[in-house]
Amino acid sequence: MKNFVDMYQVSLRYGEDGDGTLALEDATMRVDSGEFVAVVGPSGCGKSTLMKVVTGLWPPTKGGVIVNGKEVDRPLSITGMAFQNPTLLPWRTTLDNVMLPLEIVEPHASRLRRERAMYETKARDLLTLVGLKGFEDKFPWQLSGGMQQRASICRALIHEPSLLMLDEPFGALDMFTREELWLAMQELWLARRPTVVLVTHDLREAVFLADRIFIMSARPGRMIAERTVELPRPRALSMTYEPYAVGLVQELRDHISAARVAA
Amino acid sequence: MSEILGPVRAPRRRKFTRNKAFRRVLPWLVVAAIFLIWQMLVVSLRIEPFVLPSPTAIFAAGWQWQGPILVNAWQTFMTTAIGFFFAIVFGLVMGVAIGSSSLIYDGFYPALVGFNTIPKVAVVPILIIWFGVGSVPAIITAFLLSFFPILVNVATGIATVEPELQDVLRALGASKWQMIRKVGLPRAMPYFFASLKVAITVAFVGSIIAETVGSNSGIGNFMLVASSRFEVPLAFAGLLVTAAMGIAMYAIAGFIEVRMTGWAMRGGMDRQ
Repeated sequence: MKNFVDMYQVSLRYGEDGDGTLALEDATMRVDSGEFVAVVGPSGCGKSTLMKVVTGLWPPTKGGVIVNGKEVDRPLSITGMAFQNPTLLPWRTTLDNVMLPLEIVEPHASRLRRERAMYETKARDLLTLVGLKGFEDKFPWQLSGGMQQRASICRALIHEPSLLMLDEPFGALDMFTREELWLAMQELWLARRPTVVLVTHDLREAVFLADRIFIMSARPGRMIAERTVELPRPRALSMTYEPYAVGLVQELRDHISAARVAA
Repeated sequence: MSEILGPVRAPRRRKFTRNKAFRRVLPWLVVAAIFLIWQMLVVSLRIEPFVLPSPTAIFAAGWQWQGPILVNAWQTFMTTAIGFFFAIVFGLVMGVAIGSSSLIYDGFYPALVGFNTIPKVAVVPILIIWFGVGSVPAIITAFLLSFFPILVNVATGIATVEPELQDVLRALGASKWQMIRKVGLPRAMPYFFASLKVAITVAFVGSIIAETVGSNSGIGNFMLVASSRFEVPLAFAGLLVTAAMGIAMYAIAGFIEVRMTGWAMRGGMDRQ
């Protein structure tokens, strides 16, 4: 579907009386269904705010968002979210954490009791896919940071959301774990083809994972450029060191430096 | 190579003070030592029994009067338990309400804080006017003293849920009640169980205060009667029983806390 996510001329000012920080100004972004886009920009440019506006957690001050043909006026229930912080519930095992969305999102919530075994198999399969086999019954605090993040991504995917919003989910990890998770992410995306919006600081990450990259200006954030990544799928990590990707990273970096100077 | 190595050390013997069994009996040893020193002071300085009775005299008096002591201790225990039970119910419900709604918080919290600052001893005579001498004022006093720590802790646990976690759930379309049930309440449980340890001890204080001011039973009343008859060893025996009950209740609350919220106290457990 064309323009599955259509964010048009969105401005957002924090604070109720209109004198708060202007986080977004006239930001426009269109994402097709099944597409993987990345949003990059200087720090503090309102990337996280953009996530909240698209998922309906914050109403925009001006402009609006249309997802799947409907104007967003409340939190969307078709979204899966993952953040830089894995935000797992420490009193639940990894498996129970991954299954949390199933207890809330319909039609799964009303079926969960009867078809628990089926859903549990699904959750276990997903955990196996990201390399967490054998850790289903461990508690989050018994896992390493990278493992927690994998579980958090599984939680974002378990209810098969048509829109996946990722807010720097690999940001706090070391480089090797991060690259491993890029591969896992690509595999998940190729297998299920959700629409993904990934907010990131890491330009190589954006080039490796995304079909299209949006570049944001410094606060107040708006889209200043857009690049399509012409790399075949499935991609290998080595591709990010080839001239095409290196050139693209360089170009993105120039855009962001320019945006920072302009601010 | 051998010359750069230091002198070979004999394998160090494990220190006696690190021994687990020793750690376990240590509190009992301390208590025994206190009694021993107490006994020696009373005997060597010839302190009169009506000033400070010796531990042996206290235990003798306690043994002699064990029937009445047990009956009154049981009465106090029941009073405390009933007051404490209501405190848990009220504290949980109000804690959830205050913690999850800023409207209720803004409206009720100042009044509750104001109420909590009233010394409860001053309330007991009023309760006696309303309900007469007996166990009802004691139950209410126990309740009044113990609900506040529970309420504040539960409210804190619920109000401090990480915003990102709330976003995860809200983005799934979770209702307010679902967020409280799935995240707020479990998250507040360590706070709740920690508050029980405080609450049970103050509930105990509450019922004993009320029994001392106006009741004809309970360990508080028992001590009052004993000291008015100058049976000081017996009054001290009541005091010791009170202390033992307080420690026992604290220990029970602590045990339940560890059992219920082990995930929040993972220091002792083995990490992966």
